Amino acid sequence: MKAGVQQNKVRSAIRTMVDHLATGLAILATILVVAPLIAIFAYLIYKGASSLNLAFFTQIPKPIGESGGGMANAIVGSGVLLGVASLLGIPIGIGGGIYLAEFGRGTRFANAVRFTADVLNGVPSIVMGIAIYSLIVFQQKHFSALSGGVALGIMMIPTVTRTTEEMLLMVPNSIREAALGLGVPTWRSVLSITLKTASPGVITGCMLAFARVAGETAPLIFTALGNQFWSTSLNEPIAALPLQIYVYAISPYDDQHRLAWAGALVLIILIVLAVSLVRYVASRGILKGAS
Amino acid sequence: MRKPETVAESVSQPVSPSSGQGSDHGITAPLTVPVEPVSEVRRFLLARGNSALADRSFSALMMTCAISIFAIVVLIATELVSQSQLSWSKVGFKFFYKFNVDPTTNLPLFWDPVNGDFYALPFLYGTLVSSLVALLIAVPLAIGVAIFLTEMSPRFLRGPLSFVTELLAAIPSVVYGLWAIFVLVPLLREHVNPVFISIFNNPTSVKLFGWTGLVGDDGLFGGVNLGLGLLASGVILAIMILPIIASLTREVMSAVPHSQREAALALGATRWEMIRIAVLRNARIGIVGSIILGLGRALGETMAVAMVIGNAAEIHRSLLSTGHSMASVIANEFSEATSDMHRSALIEIGLALFLVTILVNGLARLLVWAVTRGTPARVS
Repeated sequence: MKAGVQQNKVRSAIRTMVDHLATGLAILATILVVAPLIAIFAYLIYKGASSLNLAFFTQIPKPIGESGGGMANAIVGSGVLLGVASLLGIPIGIGGGIYLAEFGRGTRFANAVRFTADVLNGVPSIVMGIAIYSLIVFQQKHFSALSGGVALGIMMIPTVTRTTEEMLLMVPNSIREAALGLGVPTWRSVLSITLKTASPGVITGCMLAFARVAGETAPLIFTALGNQFWSTSLNEPIAALPLQIYVYAISPYDDQHRLAWAGALVLIILIVLAVSLVRYVASRGILKGAS
Repeated sequence: MRKPETVAESVSQPVSPSSGQGSDHGITAPLTVPVEPVSEVRRFLLARGNSALADRSFSALMMTCAISIFAIVVLIATELVSQSQLSWSKVGFKFFYKFNVDPTTNLPLFWDPVNGDFYALPFLYGTLVSSLVALLIAVPLAIGVAIFLTEMSPRFLRGPLSFVTELLAAIPSVVYGLWAIFVLVPLLREHVNPVFISIFNNPTSVKLFGWTGLVGDDGLFGGVNLGLGLLASGVILAIMILPIIASLTREVMSAVPHSQREAALALGATRWEMIRIAVLRNARIGIVGSIILGLGRALGETMAVAMVIGNAAEIHRSLLSTGHSMASVIANEFSEATSDMHRSALIEIGLALFLVTILVNGLARLLVWAVTRGTPARVS
């Protein structure tokens, strides 16, 4: 009897120890995950802030060997590319989301579309670049801002579609029924009632997709190509911030490394702002006053 | 007071004249309509247009948007297939495993744009090895983080920590690459690799484990310590796929019903035992799904890998050696490809990457859905 009690005590001590060990390991894992993020941010701020100045935002790159210069053309170029991407990706994405949430709810076709969107989300961006290259650049025989924008736009579609759908599904059915009961046509009820109620969430989704493609480099290498000079034409190669960071990072010159760090800092600040805004909107309740 | 009256009048107008003939049946109504002045309600309805037509075209438009998602995937696939025809028709499936041997040095020749040899084996190898290294590092850490976040973390830490994982996921690939070139690679070269080299390459371990082929100069850590290479790309990939695996695992774990946890605790389980018996066991399919999803991301990751893998189309057993991955070779050579054959071979690699990631992602989604389907929206 006594030996049994003793044994139980030992066993429970071992179990407690294993429990503590597991807790410790989980905490260690969390620290190990947070550490690189802090390391990346700290180094980025340290390196980027020291090379960030007014010239960075106002000048175009100087020829190799001269110090100074900036990335104004790349910032504007990124803006042009993202503008084209948004024009293409956001309407189609929202349309697809509306279809999934309002018209195709529960149908086999809608499930297939949802699945395809998820799969498209996982297609590597470099593959998207090749596809757009052979679709547009290869046919036109020259690199262009348009092709880069289209590549980014297509990459926005699945994200926008899925978030729009999720947000629309949160709109209570009673609101739809109220609109339809007043004799409002379906299209009007979807656009001015459902979509409007869900608009903070939908905008959030669009911003998320925007932030994601803002940092994409791979599909731009052989579509937008990059440009050392001012260009805003859709028909010519155009500079882009992530592309420029890549080119400068693998170059052997210290001056260009500095510019790369400054560019990365600007890019990260934009993305962190977008993500924080998204979280802020989400935490305030996506559908204010609706439910 | 006035308005309702007029509406009532105008509504009753078309009815009143015909009522003398006893028009309880609706048959006479169409006859009277053209003669009568159009009522206010009717005018309103007419001015609003044919809503059935508008509705149908609106729904068709939305459906077009949905179909376009299909169309994009099909378009990508057909474009890749047609553009890679040249390479496919020349070497066929041998593209993925064959290689020529250099007659003078007796070394294998995989990828030689000058002489027109294009075989993809080293890229498959580089992608596979760097992704496996990434999974080996990321999976235990991600599951640890997910366990901490769902089961252990105090409430006030939960928000900031999930924000941090979200941020990690939002950092662009090229910034990871930049950081890897200037921080990670020197760190590995100076501090981490020497430790591994001293463990794997010292005489005792060579004597004991030499038969495995994993130690010594031809082993996992043989060769020149450049810092760049398969190990560096594996580590940076691990950092990049961690948030994906961690957040999905967390989602799957929070989908496990609370009654399961309570049952385990009621039987006297410690917290870890409860996690093992109730949470991990119930969520295992979803966790496997999230790992596969992370693998899919690692396979296709381009820029960070291209910046640190070293860009050499060779196969070495050592993790310290330079290599090339499928995505990185496309990024590096595509815009400089001079011959049609070169471009076609690169597109064929892209096609292979496309098919593999579609398979991997599809499988992962099915697994994750199988677990989280039907559960109420998560409370975060």
